[in-house]
Amino acid sequence: MSDNQNTPAPKKGFLARHAMIERSATMLMVLSLGVVTIGGIVEIAPLFYLENTIEKVEGMRPYTPLELTGREIYVREGCYTCHSQMIRPMRDEVDRYGHYSLAAESMYDHPHQWGSKRTGPDLARVGGRYSDGWQVDHLMDPQSVVPESIMPKYAFLARTPIEATYVQDLVETHRAVGVPYSDEMVENAAVDFNAQSDPDSDYDGLLERYPDAQVRNFDSQPGITEMDALVAYLQMLGTLVDFSTFTPDASR
Amino acid sequence: MTSDYVKLIALALIAVLAAIGADWGRDLAYQVHALLIMAVAAGMFVWVLRNTDEPPRSGVDANGYMDDVVRAGVIATGFWGIVGFLVGTFIAFQLAFPALNFEWAQPYGNFGRLRPLHTSAVIFAFGGNALIMSSFYIVQRTCATRLWGGNLRWFVFWGYQLFIVLAATGYLLGATQSKEYAEPEWYVDIWLTIVWVAYLVIYMGTLIKRREKHIYVANWFFLSFIVTVAMLHLINNLSLPVSIFGSKSVQLFSGVQDAMTQWWYGHNAVGFFLTAGFLGMMYYFVPKQAGRPVFSYKLSIIHFWALIFLYIWAGPHHLHYTALPDWASTLGMVFSIILWMPSWGGMINGLMTLNGAWDKLRTDPIIRMMVISLAFYGMSTFEGPMMSIRAVNSLSHYTDWTIGHVHSGVLGWNGMITFAALYFLTPKLWGRAQMHSMAAINWHFWLATIGIVLYAASMWVTGIMEGLMWREVDSQGFLVNSFADTVSAKFPMYVVRGLGGVMYLAGALIMIWNMWMTIRGGAKVTAPVGVPAE
Repeated sequence: MSDNQNTPAPKKGFLARHAMIERSATMLMVLSLGVVTIGGIVEIAPLFYLENTIEKVEGMRPYTPLELTGREIYVREGCYTCHSQMIRPMRDEVDRYGHYSLAAESMYDHPHQWGSKRTGPDLARVGGRYSDGWQVDHLMDPQSVVPESIMPKYAFLARTPIEATYVQDLVETHRAVGVPYSDEMVENAAVDFNAQSDPDSDYDGLLERYPDAQVRNFDSQPGITEMDALVAYLQMLGTLVDFSTFTPDASR
Repeated sequence: MTSDYVKLIALALIAVLAAIGADWGRDLAYQVHALLIMAVAAGMFVWVLRNTDEPPRSGVDANGYMDDVVRAGVIATGFWGIVGFLVGTFIAFQLAFPALNFEWAQPYGNFGRLRPLHTSAVIFAFGGNALIMSSFYIVQRTCATRLWGGNLRWFVFWGYQLFIVLAATGYLLGATQSKEYAEPEWYVDIWLTIVWVAYLVIYMGTLIKRREKHIYVANWFFLSFIVTVAMLHLINNLSLPVSIFGSKSVQLFSGVQDAMTQWWYGHNAVGFFLTAGFLGMMYYFVPKQAGRPVFSYKLSIIHFWALIFLYIWAGPHHLHYTALPDWASTLGMVFSIILWMPSWGGMINGLMTLNGAWDKLRTDPIIRMMVISLAFYGMSTFEGPMMSIRAVNSLSHYTDWTIGHVHSGVLGWNGMITFAALYFLTPKLWGRAQMHSMAAINWHFWLATIGIVLYAASMWVTGIMEGLMWREVDSQGFLVNSFADTVSAKFPMYVVRGLGGVMYLAGALIMIWNMWMTIRGGAKVTAPVGVPAE
């Protein structure tokens, strides 16, 4: 074969028509781009307007500022590389993890944390399954509570204090992409952030804005650390939807 | 020259802005990146200053082609390959021996931060450099012309390396948007977009000024890879930065729409980055090395259009039984199964090109590498459609089987064809008769092949085992195994997988030594007289 291998162009038929494309770089580019757009348009676009894509459920609310910060830590540490947050509707998964996950449960997740691998167990409904103390011990040294575990240690979280300096910006950005945070929620982001991990604070406003938010000193040490934020996030995972009022849609 | 003064002013501005960014940065990753950009801009300022009013260098080799950037790409491919394989082997052992998540390295050395470093290093740094350098080599030969755009080629090369460094350091320092294979944060994404557009411009420019009537098939694949990756990158990374002085951004899409977009991207990172682009490499290097024309011109037309049309639809098979509506995952499954055909079309076209040259398998270790890479391509493009069937996926999803599948594809197909390309290019680009040691290529071949077999086999065992253990119930209907049981059951296979990685890495190190000796040692042979360009 020479460098400039070319098949002699046939005079007519399919190959002759294709030869037109082979002679024009622009046509090749435009056509190949056209061909690759179709699949995406058909599969992605309808998800934004088909009404049964996201179930109507009761109980979903945006994350509190502290939970949202905890979620940022979850993302930063790459927890999604080993833990899924998506329970499939199969007998063993429902037995092990709880009710199968609904699309509604991740509708405020920018981006989603469904994951693709279970090196560790699913976390979609880990909220309330273990005590705060267990979660803290486990994050500090996983093998101390689960000897078989191969999870890395995250003890530095408890040593890393965090402040509410930028939390309002974070909440505002989430509102800008469509999470229904009210003006009040945005204005009080720093206040709510500080109140949630301090049971002695005045947290009535927080509970009004975020029903069922859990207010505790999650890591049982003074001050707010990354451990507080992460445990606050883990302890609310999968706890929001009221399944007593949920009816599955068979057509989905 | 005035253009030098414009450059100097621009570089000075970038350095000053980066210094401000470092000062006002809200997080460590952003500050480190700002300092890095400042240092690069300052370094380039000095470099441009020293070269001002010097006569420009043409960068054209004696054979008439612009191969300097290809030589740089060959070295970068080898370097990033070693980095990526090393990190991969290390994190494989972290899963067997969690103590390797060193306490003193917490959190920077934890699995969760190193895993994206591994995937990005092998896919984008090793694979990306292989694609860019080989496409620059191939497009010049098959168009009988030089690269269009002059020094823009160096912008693409160094700009891409900067993207890699920003992405990798970002992961270690905690800047990630958590979308698999699209983890880099917003400003790194913007930078990659600029570099990628420059790449497309060079590629189109070269195609347009070609002196061949027809565009050779390898270039169809490269062009569709460049264009599609641009589209995927733009849409999957739509996000809003929290502040221009911080690395954090918030994705535009959420939940189910975001998951669909992510896997539309994720699967086509495989489909276009790791398949279409590498098929472009295959369509040039296999016929060249075998000294035979491509088996079927018709087949290449059919499988090209079928492959690029069908691949895009396959994404939802990553989301079977999730909260994604059934109609979408069914579409994904159907198209994934149909995709088997054009994939094998490519494999057949490659393998049958060896018709009449099969005897070379015995004498030419480079041909052997190409054949094994096509064999692995065929194997993983059969395994993939099979795993996309719902019933199979219900077992395989979330398990190590997926990891094994991916690695038989990337280690086998992408890795081996890249090694073959490096062995093909190194002597040619540095004017040597052949590689320093043919025996070493043989060693590399066997180490890599056995390494992949160990990897894939151990992951089949753990994957299917854990899938079955998770769903096992006793006669009373209770789950038999706790999750922790399945973790400890996987230990021996994790060690085997790690050893497979060591072998693969060892083979690559032998290749680097061989390349080094080829480049350094031996007398130059007179370069074969090529087609004079322009």
